[in-house]
Amino acid sequence: MNPDQIVLLLAAAVASGAPLIFAGIGEVLAERSGVLNLGIEGMMLVGAVAGFAAAVVTGNAWLAAATALAAGGLMAAGHALLTVTLGAEQVTTGLALALFGTGLSAFVGKPFIGIPNPVPFRAVALPGLGDLPVLGRIFFRQDALVYVSYALALVAWWWITRTRPGLHLRACGESPEAADAMGVNVTATRYGAVIAGGGLAGLAGGYLSLAYTPAWTENMTGGLGWIAVALVIFATWNPLRLLAGAYLFGAVDALGFRVQLLGVETSSILLRMLPYLFTLMVLLVITLVRRQAYVPAALGRTYFREE
Amino acid sequence: MATAPWAEAVAIRVGSIVAAFITGAVFLAATGHDPWRAYREMTNGAFGSLFAVEQTLIKAIPLMLTGLGVTLAFTMGLWNIGAEGQLVVGALGASWLALSAPHLPAAVMLPGIVLLGLAGGAMWALIPAVLRAFAGMNEIISTLMLNYVALLWVDYLVFGVWADPAAFSFPYSRVFPTSAHLPTLFGDVHLGLVLALAATAGLAVLLSRTHWGYEIRTVGTSPAAARYAGMPVRRNILVVMAISGALSGLAGMGEVSGVIHRIQQGLSPGYGFTAIIVAWVAQLRPWAVVIVAVLFAALLNGGFVIQMTGVPAAIAYMLQALILTFVLGSEYLLRRLRRRRAVATTRAALAGSP
Repeated sequence: MNPDQIVLLLAAAVASGAPLIFAGIGEVLAERSGVLNLGIEGMMLVGAVAGFAAAVVTGNAWLAAATALAAGGLMAAGHALLTVTLGAEQVTTGLALALFGTGLSAFVGKPFIGIPNPVPFRAVALPGLGDLPVLGRIFFRQDALVYVSYALALVAWWWITRTRPGLHLRACGESPEAADAMGVNVTATRYGAVIAGGGLAGLAGGYLSLAYTPAWTENMTGGLGWIAVALVIFATWNPLRLLAGAYLFGAVDALGFRVQLLGVETSSILLRMLPYLFTLMVLLVITLVRRQAYVPAALGRTYFREE
Repeated sequence: MATAPWAEAVAIRVGSIVAAFITGAVFLAATGHDPWRAYREMTNGAFGSLFAVEQTLIKAIPLMLTGLGVTLAFTMGLWNIGAEGQLVVGALGASWLALSAPHLPAAVMLPGIVLLGLAGGAMWALIPAVLRAFAGMNEIISTLMLNYVALLWVDYLVFGVWADPAAFSFPYSRVFPTSAHLPTLFGDVHLGLVLALAATAGLAVLLSRTHWGYEIRTVGTSPAAARYAGMPVRRNILVVMAISGALSGLAGMGEVSGVIHRIQQGLSPGYGFTAIIVAWVAQLRPWAVVIVAVLFAALLNGGFVIQMTGVPAAIAYMLQALILTFVLGSEYLLRRLRRRRAVATTRAALAGSP
């Protein structure tokens, strides 16, 4: 590999990492509030199809991204209703959401198969930064949503670890009883976090259909939503570590696509297994190395005030 | 005074299924379809003729087997979300024998195919089981990731060494020799139905009548108590996952050897995922799995048929997920009713005492 190819690969890793950042940060928000939402894959698919439909209908890329966000948030509101208010078991409810999203997106998306996206997000070099040697080509000649992903990771980290509402969010995930005693509205906080997290998962899907691919195909997420769940564990619920992890996974993904271009004789089908095998491997290492790793203490536990 | 608790529980579950269909109808109407007509066509497509009933039963077989596999794992609190991958690897095992030793007589071929189907599924499930038992790795993500890997292995083989030389680049293998076709019972319904019902009976006895079944349930409901009682948790994880995977592998064997008679891309329309819903809606009860599997197979088949009228087949998957969602939500109602009854009993007891 010559230096030029490495830079191209890293730039591709940053683009491949963007949906993982959106979905991963979304899941960090939900889980830090104490609610596990395994439905990312479904929310991403619904976001992808809703965003794509909005792009076709309105011809406005930003409106399409907002629609993807709203669609994901709406799906997540259902999860919040079931798990926070009705106290349904979170793992199964998340699986139901994932399966529902898969079915719903396939149903709604039927007429949009094979249509090109009229207004895809295209790469825009940032003035000044885009001309930086190496870094400019890796980070600052991407599409607008990738820039949003940088900002999101930084803001989420700051908000969760450095602000008062962020503290309240963490309190709900550590000890809802204590949070309640502090005067935090646990139910409202959890609803907010789950819905915001779902919105970001929707946006992650929207990124695929509006910028990355950019088209709609059934099941286009191909397991990215589940990889995002793994990534949150890898990042120990920290947005900045999640950013790094997303690029690591992005690089593996990009490598799968590009190894052949580098003249290596391998089956492209076997290479497509890489992200999944890599996820398995990383999770195994994490489990072995960090037996006592940090986990939000009240993750997965329903909180009813009267109990 | 009031209705019996079990009748109440059944009524609430049936009610949540009805609620799911009503929600589906609202959705159909909102997207410009006639819900009444869609449901009627689906029912017709699923049960309207002898052929339709046969097709529904054929689709119910893999749902029963994967549903049972998932049920066993869930009962022990193991989140085996990998039934789809286990089904696929079972199909790969069966296909390997059928394609590489086509001249075997049926008397050797069929038992061999069944064994390899079981072994393939068990092997694929043992990977996450070993990771969980010895490294403490969460099985939700590992079983899921392995689904994608298994599906890609099918692609790799049917586009590669197993590609049908007569079919240019279609994603399937050559047709299996007739010695590798599962015998049929009636119409196109294959022997897999008997295997699935036998597995149901076996699992029902295992879970409710044996000491080992008691152990599995205890590990599932209170792992700490199980460890305290000296139950071998690690060994149970391995054995339960192996059996769970083997049942799904058997489903995969049934698909390639009993239905499509070759291995191909997209050999399962997501049976292994639907299995999760089947198991949960059946409340992890083996005989209930059979009933729910037939209902869900009817939905799949109905969905397949109404495509012709312009309603996307995905409506079947939506309805299945909606049913699960409403069943999960209805647990709340059941809990409330149970608590109210407990309060009423306590009050009555207190009022009765001097």
